[in-house]
Amino acid sequence: MSFFTEENRALAGEIIGRYPKRRSAMIPLLHVAQGQAGWVTPEAMTEIAELVDTTPAEVLGTCSFYEMFKREPVGKYLVNICVTMSCALAGAVELMEHAEERLGVRAGGTTPDGMFTLASAECQAACTEAPCLQVNYRYRYRVDTEGFDQLIDDLASGSLEGEIPQHGITARVRQRIPEDRMVGAVPPAEVNEAPVWLAVPAPNGAGSS
Amino acid sequence: MASYTIPHAPGFVANDAPRIVTERFDDPASFTLERYLATGGYDGLRAALERPPDEVHSEVRDATLLGRGGAGFPAGVKWGFCPPGVWPRYLVVNGDESEPGTYKDRLLMELDPHQLIEGCLIACYAVGLSQCFLYIRGEMALAQERVAQALNEAYEAGWVGRNICGTDFSVDIVLHSGAGAYVVGEETALIESLEGNRGMPRLKPPYFPAAIGLYGLPTIVNNVETLSNLPWIMRNGAEAFTAIGTSTSPGTRMIAVSGHVQRPGVYEITNGTTTFRDLIYGEDYCRGMHPGRELKAFVPGGGSAPWFTPAQLDLPFEASEVGPQGSMLGSGAVMVMDDTTDIPAAALTLTKFYAHESCGKCVPCREGATWLERVLRRVCDGTGTPRDLDVLLEVGASISPGDFPHAAVPERGLEAKPFPYQMTTICFVGPSAFAPVHSALTLFPEEFEARVAANAHLDAELSGDPVSEVPVSV
Repeated sequence: MSFFTEENRALAGEIIGRYPKRRSAMIPLLHVAQGQAGWVTPEAMTEIAELVDTTPAEVLGTCSFYEMFKREPVGKYLVNICVTMSCALAGAVELMEHAEERLGVRAGGTTPDGMFTLASAECQAACTEAPCLQVNYRYRYRVDTEGFDQLIDDLASGSLEGEIPQHGITARVRQRIPEDRMVGAVPPAEVNEAPVWLAVPAPNGAGSS
Repeated sequence: MASYTIPHAPGFVANDAPRIVTERFDDPASFTLERYLATGGYDGLRAALERPPDEVHSEVRDATLLGRGGAGFPAGVKWGFCPPGVWPRYLVVNGDESEPGTYKDRLLMELDPHQLIEGCLIACYAVGLSQCFLYIRGEMALAQERVAQALNEAYEAGWVGRNICGTDFSVDIVLHSGAGAYVVGEETALIESLEGNRGMPRLKPPYFPAAIGLYGLPTIVNNVETLSNLPWIMRNGAEAFTAIGTSTSPGTRMIAVSGHVQRPGVYEITNGTTTFRDLIYGEDYCRGMHPGRELKAFVPGGGSAPWFTPAQLDLPFEASEVGPQGSMLGSGAVMVMDDTTDIPAAALTLTKFYAHESCGKCVPCREGATWLERVLRRVCDGTGTPRDLDVLLEVGASISPGDFPHAAVPERGLEAKPFPYQMTTICFVGPSAFAPVHSALTLFPEEFEARVAANAHLDAELSGDPVSEVPVSV
């Protein structure tokens, strides 16, 4: 039994075809796997290893380096509260304490109903809008305790389902390269001369040297 | 001058100083191909394609476009480091923006993705780069969606891919999303990540991936904001670009100012001439501290940068002036602390960040950053001792030996120690973990001493050689 759905297997093939070496597709394929299951399962890693010509251990090695890949199930909504400097200066520590109390779990924990995983996160690049958080990588800015409670109520009631996809799906728009427009991957072994538009490679020092 | 916020661009504050990369941000549909084309979009590429590639390269070199990612190296010079006769060459776009306090690449990707795409194409054309990989930080979902949408539109319309604008210039741009790792912003770690590996920086030399990069081939790694300047430069020329700012730091820069100011925001400022005082106190910028508060300290260039105090407010955004005063401009992020700030606790928020993000490759960083965090945490908790303050400096010296850069402290007669520092690690994550600790200890020693004074007796009790004092049973 294949882990990937038929659709995702086709997508995986499309993604691999964009890279000069198959292994470069590893992180994108881990994202596809996490989008399908909500986390990265061992079966997914084994199948990705086959797809990119490497071993499951190598895939695990890469997968385990990156914060976003979860190797065990997490809640439907991953709530990442930023606790780095600018957010901390604006009350992120107090926000985190409130969140722990409201959700009844410590940072890193998942609520028993499987709805929420609470985590402390590092700088999310929204420092002027502190304190900020992300729910499945969708921003909420200048969050106070009331705003946090409202957000949790809205997520629990399902009213944000259109805006915030379930955990595992980050970008909902995918790059699609039309076949008739695609140049194709440029593998190192197959190309050993300057591209055609650099008609005459300039000698030392000039722009194309 | 006037300044205003824009509802669809939260965080960004516009003003009527020259705008190069944010000129479309006022338009609610700035990210669409339709609006891009209606506002001069892809004219820079068209202008470039009418000239030989080496002339385009020269134009960029003449513009002295300094890299906006952190190191500030001139892009046109970096492009020239590709060894002749080695093909293919690649372009890797660094959109892994994660430095604490920094966010401008995210706005550029969300609000003007076509400008970035056009910049990528100009770079590929000029240097003969055969394929482009646009690496976007994993947590930036909206940026990924906007860039994907823009690429899809651009491919359909013939701006990217085969025979661009009917010429023999053909290049693919592949969108690649990261998965959460600060260190991947280091360019050799970015390449490792793109090769499907753990994102650990490579040993140096070679110092520049332009010589040996992706798959061992010449690779240009440029920051998002750097590339986003290229369409404007091609439309208006290097001379118009260097007319803004100073000759050594021309053009504009996006700076995110956060923390204790009245109006935190991302501002496009004139490079080289705007001072920290302008930015923090200016009516068109952050409008100063909250009522009744005073400025205590600020981080001038992202979490990795040594801190400044009010004594350095009149320095301009000019590397050659900031460096000798003990810090760096880094990634364009200023974090402001007022007089209510608990300095050791503030330093801990940054050191904790670097300890968490250390990739583990270099021992001084992996162990050192972790111990800096632990020792600083107990100082903050009130369980540290005076000896712990020496331990912090000793651990720091194992990551960065010698005098660490710091600002002058006029009231104590302490002179500035210029940038840069030495390091025992491959990349800057290690010294970055030490920078906030060292700055806080150097600029505000009394806050630390007050925290540990009550525990001085513990040092006395624990003095001596702990090993020889272990009872030995015979």
